[in-house]
Amino acid sequence: MGVRTWIESWPVYRQATGGDRLGRGAAARSGATEELRPRTADADRVVKSVCPYCAVGCGQNVYVKDERVIQIEGNPDSPISRGRLCPKGSASLQLTTGSAREEKVLYRRPYGADWEELDLGTAMSMVAERVARTRDETWEEEVDGRRVARTLGIAGLGGATLDNEENYLIKKLFTALGVVQVENQARVCHSSTVAGLGTSFGRGGSTTFLQDLQNSDCIVIEGSNFAEAHPVGFQWVMEAKARGAVVIHVDPRFSRTSALADLHVPLRAGTDIAFLGAIVNHVLTGEKYFRDYLLEFTNAATIVSEEFRDTEDLDGLFSGFDAEGRCYDTSSWMYDGASVAAAAGDRANFDRVRGTGRPEQQGSGGAVMSSVPREDRTLTDPRCVFQILRRHYSRYTPELVEEVCGVSREVFARVCDHLTRNSGRDRTSAFCYAVGWTQHTVGSQYIRTASILQLLLGNIGRPGGGIMALRGHASIQGSSDIPTLFDLLPGYLPMPHAAHEGSLQEYIRTNGASYKGFWTNMEAYTVSLLKAWWGDHATEENGYRFGHLPHLTGSHSTYDTVMAQIRGECRGYFLMGENPAVGSANSRAQRMGMANLEWLVVRDFSLIESATWWKDGPEIESGELRTEDIATEVFFFPAACHTEKEGTFTNTNRTVQWRDRAVLPKGDQRSDLWFVHRLGTMLRALLADSGLDRDLPLLELTWDYPTDEHGDPDAAAVLAEINGRGPDGAPLGSYTELRADGSTSCGCWIYCGVYADGVNQAARRKPGSEQDWVAAEWAWSWPANRRLLYNRASADAEGRPWSERKALVWWDAERGEWTGHDVPDFELHKAPDYRPPEGARGVEALSGTDAFIMQADGRAWLYAPTGLHDGPLPTHYEPQETPFENPLYGRQRNPTRLLYPHEYNRYHPQAGTPGAEVYPYLVTTYRLTEHFTAGGMSRWTPYLAELQPAFFCEVGPELAAERGLENGGWATLVTARAAIEARVLVTDRMAPLRVQGRVVHTIGLPYHWGPNGYTTGDAANELMSIALEPNTHIQEVKALTADIVPGRRPRGADREELVRSHRERAGITERTGTEV
Amino acid sequence: MVVRSARGHGDPGESGTGQGYGDEQRERVGFFTDTSVCIGCKACEVACKEWNSVPEDGLDFTAMSFDNSVGLGADTWRHVAFVEQRRPLGHQDAGVGRPAPVDLGMPSTELPGAYTGVEEREEFRWLMASDVCKHCTSAACLDVCPTGSLFRTEFGTVVVQQDICNGCGYCVSACPYGVIDRREDDGRAWKCTMCYDRIGDGMEPACAKACPTDSIQFGNLDELRERAARRLEDLHGAGVSSARLYGEDPGDGVGGNAAFFLLLDEPEVYGMPPDPVVTTRDLPSMWAHAGLAAAALLVGSAAAFAGRRR
Amino acid sequence: MSTSDVTREGVRGQRPGRDAVTGSARVVGEGQRRRHGGRRGGPTRVPDAEFRSYYGRPVLNQVVWEASDIGGYLFLGGLAGASSVLAAGAELTGRDAMARPLKYTALAAISGSVVALVHDLGRPERFLNMLRVVKPTSPMSVGTWILTAYGPLAGVAAVTAATGWFPRIGRAATLGAAAVGPLVATYTAPLVCDTAVPSWHEGYRYMPFLFAASASAAAGGAGLVASPLGQSGPARRAAVGGALVETAVSTAMEHRMGLAGEPYRLGTAGVFVRAAKALTLAGAAGAVLGRRSRAVSALSGAALLAGSACTRLGVFHAGKQSAADPKYTVVPQRRRMAERAAEPAAEQEARAEAAGRTAGRAGSGGAGGGAAGA
Ligand SMILES: Nc1nc2c(c(=O)[nH]1)N[C@H]1C(S)=C(S)[C@@H](COP(=O)(O)OP(=O)(O)OC[C@H]3O[C@@H](n4cnc5c(=O)[nH]c(N)nc54)[C@H](O)[C@@H]3O)O[C@H]1N2
Ligand SMILES: Nc1nc2c(c(=O)[nH]1)N[C@H]1C(S)=C(S)[C@@H](COP(=O)(O)OP(=O)(O)OC[C@H]3O[C@@H](n4cnc5c(=O)[nH]c(N)nc54)[C@H](O)[C@@H]3O)O[C@H]1N2
Ligand code: SF4
Ligand code: SF4
Ligand code: SF4
Ligand code: SF4
Ligand code: SF4
Ligand SMILES: [Mo]
Repeated sequence: MGVRTWIESWPVYRQATGGDRLGRGAAARSGATEELRPRTADADRVVKSVCPYCAVGCGQNVYVKDERVIQIEGNPDSPISRGRLCPKGSASLQLTTGSAREEKVLYRRPYGADWEELDLGTAMSMVAERVARTRDETWEEEVDGRRVARTLGIAGLGGATLDNEENYLIKKLFTALGVVQVENQARVCHSSTVAGLGTSFGRGGSTTFLQDLQNSDCIVIEGSNFAEAHPVGFQWVMEAKARGAVVIHVDPRFSRTSALADLHVPLRAGTDIAFLGAIVNHVLTGEKYFRDYLLEFTNAATIVSEEFRDTEDLDGLFSGFDAEGRCYDTSSWMYDGASVAAAAGDRANFDRVRGTGRPEQQGSGGAVMSSVPREDRTLTDPRCVFQILRRHYSRYTPELVEEVCGVSREVFARVCDHLTRNSGRDRTSAFCYAVGWTQHTVGSQYIRTASILQLLLGNIGRPGGGIMALRGHASIQGSSDIPTLFDLLPGYLPMPHAAHEGSLQEYIRTNGASYKGFWTNMEAYTVSLLKAWWGDHATEENGYRFGHLPHLTGSHSTYDTVMAQIRGECRGYFLMGENPAVGSANSRAQRMGMANLEWLVVRDFSLIESATWWKDGPEIESGELRTEDIATEVFFFPAACHTEKEGTFTNTNRTVQWRDRAVLPKGDQRSDLWFVHRLGTMLRALLADSGLDRDLPLLELTWDYPTDEHGDPDAAAVLAEINGRGPDGAPLGSYTELRADGSTSCGCWIYCGVYADGVNQAARRKPGSEQDWVAAEWAWSWPANRRLLYNRASADAEGRPWSERKALVWWDAERGEWTGHDVPDFELHKAPDYRPPEGARGVEALSGTDAFIMQADGRAWLYAPTGLHDGPLPTHYEPQETPFENPLYGRQRNPTRLLYPHEYNRYHPQAGTPGAEVYPYLVTTYRLTEHFTAGGMSRWTPYLAELQPAFFCEVGPELAAERGLENGGWATLVTARAAIEARVLVTDRMAPLRVQGRVVHTIGLPYHWGPNGYTTGDAANELMSIALEPNTHIQEVKALTADIVPGRRPRGADREELVRSHRERAGITERTGTEV
Repeated sequence: MVVRSARGHGDPGESGTGQGYGDEQRERVGFFTDTSVCIGCKACEVACKEWNSVPEDGLDFTAMSFDNSVGLGADTWRHVAFVEQRRPLGHQDAGVGRPAPVDLGMPSTELPGAYTGVEEREEFRWLMASDVCKHCTSAACLDVCPTGSLFRTEFGTVVVQQDICNGCGYCVSACPYGVIDRREDDGRAWKCTMCYDRIGDGMEPACAKACPTDSIQFGNLDELRERAARRLEDLHGAGVSSARLYGEDPGDGVGGNAAFFLLLDEPEVYGMPPDPVVTTRDLPSMWAHAGLAAAALLVGSAAAFAGRRR
Repeated sequence: MSTSDVTREGVRGQRPGRDAVTGSARVVGEGQRRRHGGRRGGPTRVPDAEFRSYYGRPVLNQVVWEASDIGGYLFLGGLAGASSVLAAGAELTGRDAMARPLKYTALAAISGSVVALVHDLGRPERFLNMLRVVKPTSPMSVGTWILTAYGPLAGVAAVTAATGWFPRIGRAATLGAAAVGPLVATYTAPLVCDTAVPSWHEGYRYMPFLFAASASAAAGGAGLVASPLGQSGPARRAAVGGALVETAVSTAMEHRMGLAGEPYRLGTAGVFVRAAKALTLAGAAGAVLGRRSRAVSALSGAALLAGSACTRLGVFHAGKQSAADPKYTVVPQRRRMAERAAEPAAEQEARAEAAGRTAGRAGSGGAGGGAAGA
């Protein structure tokens, strides 16, 4: 540098000579400032991706430079997120490129004290060998004389964080191996949604999509903490609010959602059916229902069998209860004159089928009905659904709400008023819920109650209306649709049951023998699936290899699997993106199950609690288990993250969004697609010459996916298989093209169309700003790219919009087709006045007003004559653990709930019985914006961890005073299962309620913590019991009881002693809490 | 007492002129942070940290509602405050603090447990507000910086040049809002740059871009001020009478902020000063006093020699 | 009524979500809110404290300077500047035995002062960046340039004094240092006052005098310590005068700066301020009473030096204490606003007009919603 330039670069010189005399602007600029550019400006490419955390599915732009991700931020083109990201999405750069991710395969040999490194290839062959051996040792060809062709020795868990393609391959491979215990988060998260919405409307997905909430006149958020758990989706609530909508939040806690709501209604956790039921009663008695809608689209007029008896008649039981089996024979619930398909109604079989998760097949159709039911369109017949409904809810009064929920009559009246004034012909209201509703022993029925209410008000299928089921993980919807679930095959086809589904014919007869609706085509869907899996080996003669499917005999939900592990029956376990030691109810039972395994495979980013419990779990700390005594062999495989693989997530809108791959993973990190594909390939090689029949399903499996130079299978090829192919091998355009003659193949019929015209429709990215709010050209939604389900119901019987203010889809008589803003959820050319000819069946039998095309009668179900195990109508039962007695019936709790009494899983005494007072407080669990689920993706992420740096409990000042809890101090919580400690947050946001003349305090627990990671703490799920909902086996973690005392918990063996002494005081035995 | 204009020694004023940029001068940009639509998600905090590689700064559970980052500093350039109050928010019904209604007949207080304790609580609201550097029109930090590390950009924003800062710490004490701070292990002063690098390339600042509810609005300052005025009217019209703007007034003690706010309570409730004045406004007087004192020292000392010689 | 229309043509009445108003649905009517009148603020309600704050957290970020560094820097700067003045006076009046040690003192002090300053930097190696700009708005920048001028002068003065070389240059340097010295002693007052720290800023009218006087007391004290009785008269007078003025200004400042004066009486600051006064007055008394004794004079001088150092540390800590408590930031500002609000309406209007803004700013003291307000 010359002296001259040197002087000129001296700011003092510039000060003297430029316009910046005081040296506070241009003159002071430095060298670095002159060069400043955003790092994104130098990116080599910008890759389109989707946030890996929650089911909002926000679009992300991933900036790559020198094959490294240098920035991740919102993609403004996404019509769902519009470029915005919540703290988690914003932290995904740190999640994916931070130092918390493992890069090496780790191995813990049996009884080993620590991890050892292992070469990836060796580890893979060891795992393959273990799978083959365990399968061999535990193979069951028959059970009770019926062919099952399966193993219960191996289980898999996880899928909601994975891509659809990965779930597909997992389910495909494991099924071919005869492994039925395949489960994922959907079980513990939203399984009851599938049953609840499915039986009501015919599909288990959210009826609407986030962006349409902007068109609501009133939004009731109940059972969801929308603003915290789906922050970016919440912008659409704000949009509605800006347009004048009323926003009501009904929640035990005042949360960040409540802060933005017009009205927050605190209610006692576990009492929503009483609350909603009373609104139903209010609507019925006040004649606030939308009569025309009701008559056209619901089963209000349908006559129910005279054998049916209601809970009002039987003190809390419906007709058909079998006290010994604790389940219902549901045949008396049927419509008059109609009957359900044989097997499901077969008295000898009902208790066997029970537990196999059948209600989940309602996820896209599935209820079966043999003939046309009778109707009374005057709605006066005492046996018509409408009148039954009236009687059923007549005791659900504002007074009852006050007594059960702790909500004052005046506040209740205001909710009713807002809701009814904003529903009807001209106005629509939406309900938004999530796991505040699903995770109860009556979870499905919570959702049913909302469904009934929304139908009465005419809010389904219409813009601004609907029930927004806010799903959880990035692809939990996808992992339900393409299920890694024990009871389902792709597209909500049920896993066959050994009792009555031994052959394809039987299977179709049992499940698809309805007289109308699209579900009658299930044979085509099933055969196409079998063709996708077994290709040319599947022929008409061999029943399309239906026999290659393993069969169920009972429940194999994740909790059943845990009990099986504890019993030693299940020996090998794959955890592929799930952390049950923290996320599942009763952490101790989860760990004790794993401690009893022969081998465990964990695939994750970091060393989560489910991978290290043998080394540093609470039982090691307490001395109950010793590392050197634990035989479990543990393999840890580092997983590739969302930017390192391509594939699709299905978000809460049912929208399937494709992510491009940005970079390659490092070290031993591999995608789950790679893992499953490689495992399958190795096993096929291993068993190629076995000559055993049971290996045929594996050997005949279609498994020849093209792989790239890194050995990764082509996810697009998997998606194309899911989409399906026609006789010519060309991709199909729609599920209506599927055939039962073996000429078509399709891996998941409801996803048929995602690869229409050979184009990856999920990768469509026309910016939202260039489309209307439906944004039909952004990615692809199932079914058939419809964004708002049942949208035929947005038009009246003649096909005209119910109101010009709420037009979505209508009949264009001139063109002879349905038209509008969304893809019509109806046959395009079926006129509104179409009436099926006599004797018509199937799709043809759907009339021009049968808006619910998946339903067996074309109607939405106020009353569910079949499909659910615990009742055709929702009834208020108390949670398994509750401080209160049920004022409605002698029957306290859901009589069909599933209990697992075990020394690790003791229940509290029933309310009102001695000992119950030992656990006097109500506890609920929930999420924080800053953390994610069991914490694997947030506790290790410093930017998130620091925002909520400790496990805490929220208590109101009244409870704090009562128990001497100090803000910022420590508290110990005790249940019959465990004692944990938490920091104390005293807040007015927790309000005591007056219930049945008594004060009840609620303790709030965010459940994100566990002992590993950057921020650590006790896991809330240590406290939980395993008490399940009967339809879908979801655990009750939203309402329970506990004791709380100030101070930290005891260490070592004293911890268990504290739990034991409480148990003793409460007089808890093996039978406690198990009353019917 | 009459407020003197905070400007006076060549501050940028509304147009941001007078900083020697000539043709490079750009329109002045800023933030309107409307706290009435904030959902307290802290995306702004995280997005800022990700973009600027701001270090994570420790796990301290504060028990201050949901705020564990406490305040702005070297490692927190956006900070979301959480305030729980027993006051109402417009016509909102918070449920948790509302006394039992009188009109429907109160349950008799003799009933055991009839009294929950909430009766005592009256109203409730939960305020959340994302704070940031104000990019003052008269920025004390910038005025006092002895190295020229802090400077005013062509956008009228105030930025630390990390290649210059020598960590003298003067700016820290000068900022009337407690924004800028020195980073322990690094020794330099850090604060929000209003994403100088991004806006120079036509991008939106990271925090504003992430914000799910548009609580943080970025743009031309004059437009933001107009929008804010309308917004204030709307809120008042809707009965949210506690809404007020903070920092938008060019006549205030710092000449107005490029980052201004709509608050629902007094600024000090959120940890902001109610009526900050740029300290350098008094600097001329300080120099005058110092000069006088220097003279006095000289004269006094001379006087000491004026006495008898011994 | 809501504008949530979806017509056959599409969505109508859209508004951005940021326009949402919580409570606009008027879920609670004015009449429905129980009117408490007397009950609001009744016994169960936490009464509004005198001022409100965010969990008691400070508004300001704490001063990052170290007490030893910056307290020392203030003290040594003052000592150096005033020493140069006294040295020049001594030299001009032929008191070589006083001039010489004071020149050394000045050089030593200023070196120490600069070392302290540099040591306090987060990036000491970048000290020279101070010379990038000349910023009249920054007392530290101005001070740097003053030091840049002063340091070599003080150095030359001392070195020539020690070596006896270049006496003319030495004389010139001595006089130059004396000319700049008072600025060296006082610029540090604007330096601390030109901050948002209440107990510093509010004292800006006094601080320069305090620092000047304190410097004089210190330099006088140094003179007493270092020079023989026969020559130390002016030093004694400067010391005593400085000490008396220092004590008087310090007391006045504490009491006239309002609430911000309080920290000077509390905590560590209070201890230093009281010690400073005691040492300074004792030193002054000793200087007067012990003027016949070399030892007493030296002791007094030391007391004065210590007193001056304590004054600076007192100021330093008072500042930190005032920054740590939001009260000192908020209450005076509130008071100022209240005074402004009490101005005659016409004047206010004129002001508002001038500012081009009338409604809704926080400064206008809008009270909290339906509630009782501030
Ligand atoms: N930030 C963040 N976002 C997430 C997740 C996360 O972990 N963190 N997880 C994702 C996943 S997997 C899911 S499933 C969703 C879940 O989303 P949400 O269901 O919204 O999450 P939760 O906080 O578990 O529960 C919601 C609310 O239910 C309330 N509640 C509890 N019991 C009852 C009850 O009996 N009745 C009523 N009405 N309310 C009750 C709780 O107080 C809580 O406010 O969020 C997804 N998004
Ligand atoms: N008490 C209580 N318990 C609950 C709930 C509650 O509300 N209260 N909610 C329940 C609900 S809704 C849910 S969904 C569950 C969630 O519980 P979990 O699913 O057990 O929790 P996550 O932390 O999400 O675990 C997912 C793991 O997958 C990893 N992962 C992410 N992406 C990938 C990938 O691509 N490949 C692989 N191999 N791994 C990946 C993550 O790092 C993380 O460790 O918790 C349930 N448990
Ligand atoms: S976590 Fe959910 S809301 Fe947040 S950015 Fe990701 S997808 Fe969007
Ligand atoms: S807020 Fe503080 S740091 Fe920001 S510009 Fe103003 S004075 Fe500087
Ligand atoms: S610390 Fe850095 S930015 Fe702050 S005043 Fe000193 S040099 Fe300037
Ligand atoms: S503008 Fe940029 S630097 Fe400033 S707070 Fe926002 S993200 Fe951080
Ligand atoms: S990102 Fe927006 S909504 Fe979230 S905390 Fe920041 S300002 Fe509030
Ligand atoms: Mo979930």
